[in-house]
Amino acid sequence: MPRLSVDARHTVRLTINGRAHQGEAEPRMLLTDFLRHKLGLTGTHVGCEHGVCGACTIQIDGAPARACLTLAVQADGASIRTVEGLAPEPGRLSVLQEAFRRHHALQCGFCTAGILMSLDWYLQHKPDPSEAELREFLSGHICRCTGYVPIIAAALDAAQGLRETKRSET
Amino acid sequence: MKPAPFDYVRAGSLAEAHDVLAAEGSDAAILAGGQSLVPLLSMRMARPKVLIDIIHVGELGGLRVEDDAIHVGACVRQAELLAWPDLAKQPLLAQVLPWIGHWQTRARGTVCGSVALADPSAELPLVLVALGGEIVLSSKIGRRSLPANDFFTGLMSTARRDDELIEAVAFPCRRPEEGFAFREFARRHGDFAIVACAAIATKDSARLAVGGVADRPVLREFADASDDALAAFAEELAARDDLHATAEFRRNLVRRFGRITIDEARKCRA
Repeated sequence: MPRLSVDARHTVRLTINGRAHQGEAEPRMLLTDFLRHKLGLTGTHVGCEHGVCGACTIQIDGAPARACLTLAVQADGASIRTVEGLAPEPGRLSVLQEAFRRHHALQCGFCTAGILMSLDWYLQHKPDPSEAELREFLSGHICRCTGYVPIIAAALDAAQGLRETKRSET
Repeated sequence: MKPAPFDYVRAGSLAEAHDVLAAEGSDAAILAGGQSLVPLLSMRMARPKVLIDIIHVGELGGLRVEDDAIHVGACVRQAELLAWPDLAKQPLLAQVLPWIGHWQTRARGTVCGSVALADPSAELPLVLVALGGEIVLSSKIGRRSLPANDFFTGLMSTARRDDELIEAVAFPCRRPEEGFAFREFARRHGDFAIVACAAIATKDSARLAVGGVADRPVLREFADASDDALAAFAEELAARDDLHATAEFRRNLVRRFGRITIDEARKCRA
């Protein structure tokens, strides 16, 4: 049984956006700090650091989760998606990101990465959500700029866009 | 908002977890989903010397129906239980699960973890007490089962010994002719409840469990469940004023939600 000692750093290996990464972490290091400070992936934002605000939401092993409520050592061996993995290529936005831009669904952008990672997962699993379902789902995120209305509008628009893309592909 | 230092052990088996617990006692904390423990660590309200991560222990996973109860292993996440087809065997549990935190925390947080924390306003301890469920504890020296009512002993404290961990919890399945209802008041959806009420109606009586008011979930059986009986119960619950609500507001909610849930549970039975 591996015991990771308090006063040493340990190698954490994980897959992020399809690529293998590794870095050194003390047992107490949060995954948010590991992503940002060890791997330089600063797209994931740090807000409240106790799981309430949703800014640090990423996808861990295929489900949306708070990076600030996860230790880096817990994520050893996990597969993670962060906001850096959303755009299909440099200079192009994903359907969801493009809808956010069109609807002014962000102002300061601090909460946006987390909301995008939640919605990216949700719209894959629920392609045709109602406004009420979206509001319930987004209750795990706090935005102080937009009043949420443009975020909901962007999500509904993106859902429609994704459905159309899927139809034209099949 | 950074945790104090600790060692981290990723247990590969239940026996390994027991060994570390036996050696470290109260200096150790069990980590599974981490959705309650990690914030406590970050706020330094918990300062264990060693964390024992049990989420990779295969023996502690798994959902099954046995002896008319839903058995939930220590590593079962809340979202996993919510998506489980046999959850329909206990409608109260199915009704309550979406009220716990948010999608993003239910994806990681475990059922047993919430029970272990024993927050007086948390939903799962409330349901366990309401249904008369059981908690299975185990240590290096053996295994025992405790009724929910004996397990929760006070504000975030339980009958778990320092060398024990929760292996599973068991929620009794719906018995014929039982009706259920649940209501909760919180400032925002997903927050801890200011008051939560779960009612179970049977042929001759009604049971009401209340969370968020006393230092643990409290269950009361009523023969008639009159408004006066509910008011007297609300009075007994030693409500406190705090940052979120006054004691009087809490008593009001108990009377109101008590009435509504008992009536709904009776209707649902019919």
